[in-house]
Amino acid sequence: MATLKELSLREEKFVSGHRLCPGCGAGVVARLVMQSIEKPVLVGAATGCLEVSSTIFPYSSWNTPFIHSAFENVSATLSGVDAAYQSLKKQGKYDKELVFVAFGGDGGTYDIGFQSLSGAAERGHKILYVCYNNQAYMNTGVQRSSATPMAASTSTSPSGKKSTGKIQWPKPLTEIMAAHDIPYVANTIPGRWNDLTKKVEKAITYDGFTFINVLTPCRLGWPHDPKLAMEITRLAAETCFWPLYEVEEGTYKLNYNPRDKKKPIIEWLKLQNRFAHLLKPENKALVDEIQSVVDSRWEALLKKCGL
Amino acid sequence: MPATRVAKTANEAFAEAMRQINPDVVAAYPITPATEIVQLFSQFVAEGKVKTEYVTVESEHSAMSACIGASAAGARTLTGTSSQGLAYMWEMLYIASGLRLPIVMGVVNRALSAPINIHCDHSDTMGARDSGWIQIFSENVQEGYDNFIQAMRIAEHPDVNLPVMVTTDGFILSHCLEGMDLSADSDVTNFIGEPPVRTTLLNSEKPLTLGAIDLQDYYFEHRRQIAEAMKRSLNVIPVIGKEYGETFGREYGFFEEYRLDDAEIAIVLLGSTVGTAKDVVDQMRASGKKVGLLKLRVYRPFPFDALKSALSHLKVIGVVERSDGLNASFGPLYPEICATLYGTSSQPKILNYIYGLGGREVKEQDIEDIFVNLISARDTEVKSLLTYIGVRE
Repeated sequence: MATLKELSLREEKFVSGHRLCPGCGAGVVARLVMQSIEKPVLVGAATGCLEVSSTIFPYSSWNTPFIHSAFENVSATLSGVDAAYQSLKKQGKYDKELVFVAFGGDGGTYDIGFQSLSGAAERGHKILYVCYNNQAYMNTGVQRSSATPMAASTSTSPSGKKSTGKIQWPKPLTEIMAAHDIPYVANTIPGRWNDLTKKVEKAITYDGFTFINVLTPCRLGWPHDPKLAMEITRLAAETCFWPLYEVEEGTYKLNYNPRDKKKPIIEWLKLQNRFAHLLKPENKALVDEIQSVVDSRWEALLKKCGL
Repeated sequence: MPATRVAKTANEAFAEAMRQINPDVVAAYPITPATEIVQLFSQFVAEGKVKTEYVTVESEHSAMSACIGASAAGARTLTGTSSQGLAYMWEMLYIASGLRLPIVMGVVNRALSAPINIHCDHSDTMGARDSGWIQIFSENVQEGYDNFIQAMRIAEHPDVNLPVMVTTDGFILSHCLEGMDLSADSDVTNFIGEPPVRTTLLNSEKPLTLGAIDLQDYYFEHRRQIAEAMKRSLNVIPVIGKEYGETFGREYGFFEEYRLDDAEIAIVLLGSTVGTAKDVVDQMRASGKKVGLLKLRVYRPFPFDALKSALSHLKVIGVVERSDGLNASFGPLYPEICATLYGTSSQPKILNYIYGLGGREVKEQDIEDIFVNLISARDTEVKSLLTYIGVRE
């Protein structure tokens, strides 16, 4: 794996000047993913925070070929680019090696982009799909998505006198992608750059569709103190809310096990205003319920990893 | 080389044109009555008759998305669809033209749901009339084939760089065998030539950001450029139509005038009904009626000036449409023909007829009734500008 020093010496493919918020996780994720790939990269992006903030005409933060067409179709758009690349290569009209990377937020991945994602995975295009998952429609103002955690207050699942925020648990997308029998699927966080870099390096070695789900903090939507952005993602792993694991050719592997240092879920919840209502005494039962589901899912994951 | 006389359906003719164009990429999804086009084409891929990468996408939305990706990467890219499939592509149609991608698509015209119906009318492509795509209609199988080949040249012309849809009437043309001249493969190859050099995505040394966000400061200028490209296509289309005529013996313009020169009464229409209407014109001419017709081939760009000179001498015009605007006024073509003739000193009377929705049959008698109606309108006051033909009221 590349060292931090090596990563820092590589030419930047996602450069400064973009207009993401201070403390936004998406820019960190994009830069880390791009720095982790040494070969030339072609990027596709779904409509979302990362795309609108990094390509305000006539400027672009992408020091590499970049295409955006719409919200729900980055997988299909890159499928087409891949088809062109394969066709022109076979005809001897193009001879360079390119790595294809798709970036989509959770809305463009879990929800509106799910059909396109599933189709491209089934067809097996050689694309690394990175979901920068900030767990709601942040670009349009924090509406709930199918990635939003249970009990999170969003602008369309607000907490109130008769509501404790979102009712449903999120769609288990990492598992759903693993069930597509694609060669590589992983969960990671930007707060552990080496975990993220290693996973990107691994994913692009496979000749097929690969998927990395990156829990990505949003200081406006979660909201949290911007300086805690990376720390908060580490807490998600330490509480086992967001386990770091990978599924490589069907084999599950845990990449981080807090063992007896596993922190209670309240440590993760209490730093984010979207869960502020959970700190009220009357909602303690809900926190206990969240803890119990996190625990049972963690146990189930340990079993899948043979632990 | 001489052409071969063959019997083909319009779907087969589209597939043959696609094989002869030999595109780099096709991305498509099945839909009645267009399915056969991509089914036949995938067989060409399976037999190694084409060099194409064929992307079997999971929806029409993804079909157009993949075509956009492929074309942006520099591939010559084709697809085909119909009706609901075209409707599902809607969002992406605007992006294909907005990114100035020369994609060619065969569209088999079919009614839109609800109620669900698989037969012909023009509602599907009429709905896409403002999407920045060039639209070319076909009267018969031969024209479908000829239009498809010309479409590739039009789309890729450096003055244009816009996507083109070529239409045929569902089942009436898509599934009916007609005699046609199939050009030699090498002649088609020569006619379309190598694609002109475009700036594309695959160049990692000079990276391109495609699909950037324009705010109030640039969007208008970029949309204006699309409007200009569409305008420039007015100069390109007839030149390519003429060159096609010189090469293959069948020349094309924006429209065909049939016994129109000395006509006083005429109808304007699109697609396969033109064949039926030409017979009616002949019969009525034989009995001394000064009638004619104008077959509109190129609907987008709308050939405003050319239409004005072709129609302004008429006394009465019937705009006969296979689609309804559902707007409490007229079909989509009628107001455009009225606008074309606005301010001409002759000021013909213009009436609107809507027929054939959902594949409802149109007979010679129906067309004759329209002409009789138009003739009587010449000297009498018109009570209703819109008449529905062949519907149970």
